[in-house]
Amino acid sequence: MTATQTSGTVKPPRENPYRTRGSADIMKPSLGGLIGKYAMLLGVLALMVFPFLWQMSTSLKGAPENIYDFPPSLIPAAPTLDNYAEVFRTIPVVDYAWHSLLVGVGTVITTVVFATLGGYALGTMKFRFKWVVLAIFFSTLLIPAEVTLTSQYLTVKSLGLANTLWGVFLPGAIGAINVLLMTAACRMIPADTLDAATIDGANTMQRLRHIVWPNVRGMVSVVALFAFIGAWDDFLWPLVVLSDPANYTLTVGMQYLSSNFAANPRVIAAGTMIALVPIILLFALLQKWFFKGVEEGSVKG
Amino acid sequence: MRLQRWYTPYLLVLPGVIWMVVFALWPFLNTIALAFTDARPLRPAEFVGFANFDKMLEDDRFGYALTTSLIYVVVCVPLLTFLPLLLALLVHNKVPAIGFFRTTFYFPVIASAVVVAIVWEFLFSGSGTINSALNFFGLIDRPVEFLSDRWLLIGCAIGLTVWKGLGYYMVVYLAALGNVGRELHEAAAMDGADRWRRFWSVTVPGVRGPMMLVSVLVCVGASRVFTELYVLSNGSGGPGGRAMSMVMLIQSMGKGLNGQVGYASAISLVLFLLTLVPLLIVGIANNGDTIREALASRRAVKAAKIKREATVQEVQR
Repeated sequence: MTATQTSGTVKPPRENPYRTRGSADIMKPSLGGLIGKYAMLLGVLALMVFPFLWQMSTSLKGAPENIYDFPPSLIPAAPTLDNYAEVFRTIPVVDYAWHSLLVGVGTVITTVVFATLGGYALGTMKFRFKWVVLAIFFSTLLIPAEVTLTSQYLTVKSLGLANTLWGVFLPGAIGAINVLLMTAACRMIPADTLDAATIDGANTMQRLRHIVWPNVRGMVSVVALFAFIGAWDDFLWPLVVLSDPANYTLTVGMQYLSSNFAANPRVIAAGTMIALVPIILLFALLQKWFFKGVEEGSVKG
Repeated sequence: MRLQRWYTPYLLVLPGVIWMVVFALWPFLNTIALAFTDARPLRPAEFVGFANFDKMLEDDRFGYALTTSLIYVVVCVPLLTFLPLLLALLVHNKVPAIGFFRTTFYFPVIASAVVVAIVWEFLFSGSGTINSALNFFGLIDRPVEFLSDRWLLIGCAIGLTVWKGLGYYMVVYLAALGNVGRELHEAAAMDGADRWRRFWSVTVPGVRGPMMLVSVLVCVGASRVFTELYVLSNGSGGPGGRAMSMVMLIQSMGKGLNGQVGYASAISLVLFLLTLVPLLIVGIANNGDTIREALASRRAVKAAKIKREATVQEVQR
């Protein structure tokens, strides 16, 4: 008998997702309750994804098809990619996507690097005026970006960055909330581990690389994901900074497309799909880490 | 046990601190300063005292914007405090395929507000799907112009905000529900509490802290609304600009060579004070016991003092 076979035989019976007769587990729904639950889940699902599916089907429909009929026909009778070709002819959508990508990736890099460095210092080290630094970060949380919109623009303009991607990127490069989140994550690292590394002769960079980084990777991935989504989805700030349509990011470009070329909703739908699909795919790929991070956060409080 | 140089921590926090000062604190102080001037681009600013705030009281557009933002807050807060909790309860238990549902419920959150607002623009337009549906069920004869009526436009935008926010706050509650012990639920069920009773007596008190947090986040977020109203009204702010929010007004005031930077800054300052109100309320509610204790002890001290004086007088007599 090999070990694998034994473990196979003592495997507990598969747990039912619903409460069976004689089970005392009141937290489980009964079979009827479970069916009701799935019915509700499917109802909410329909509400949540219908607009996206409708948009996608609209973007694939040709000119002769009615897009507004009810009940809506989500599967186009004659799928066509003409609308996408039309988007590429109307606006420089590849440039826009490239601009959004540049700003997004830039934000992720600066956020991860500087929030980790700052969080490491604030979370594990003692130094004078630490409370001043913490006060600066916390007070920044209270100031919404919308409140400083006008002055922020003046700052960026005086730096000579109005109407440039640098102007879009710089103010959001390091977020106070991200530094504080990394501080909380770094505080979880046992001080003994860091001290042991110090005794073994590790310098600051080595401690960061070999002790801190493996410990905070979960938080880093959540922070990075949100930094990217925030930068990719931001609308108000790029709208204020960018005045030349050649420099637009995707969100501003979509609004430009929608308000100036409103004649054909199919083309606009195709444009929005170009802005939507990459970010949905990215999230679908990373969602496992995201929800794991959320649950871990709840355990640690 | 310190093999680091004294300046290492300062060096590590320096970039973050510089960023906060240059891109948050300085613009904020600048906003306060500009609010009391008549600053415009290409012109030296002059101190005008409270003139901008006086102007606000007479400005119809400011009145409309304030109304819109306040209505937004008042409607969004209850909806986005309770609906996500119900949704979180629905996806809390691990049943097959629950990961799929959680992920898809989160899609509206990660989609750009511009993109979903454009979708809603199509759905709610005069010839859009919603009108077709209402027509199909024989509820209307003429299409309803959702997007060219002030209140309907605001209603659509609120619907959009709620729909987009559900998933976000669902996740906040999901993290909190893990901390509500199942023992409590079981004990309550033993005592004969039905599902409804358990919700109000076990779940809601169990997530009271996160609930507070969510309602504050919603409150601050709703008073900062911009994209939904901007895209749904195509940047015009509805008929006569009467469905503009505060942020839309700030944006339209401050932009261009003719922008009234001083006036826009004054409105920004009012917006800032508005976002502080919910934080203050929560601060007082959370520290209510401390404050009450302080007041009580002061009263006790006072009472003791009076009593002592009375005894002193009695003794003197």
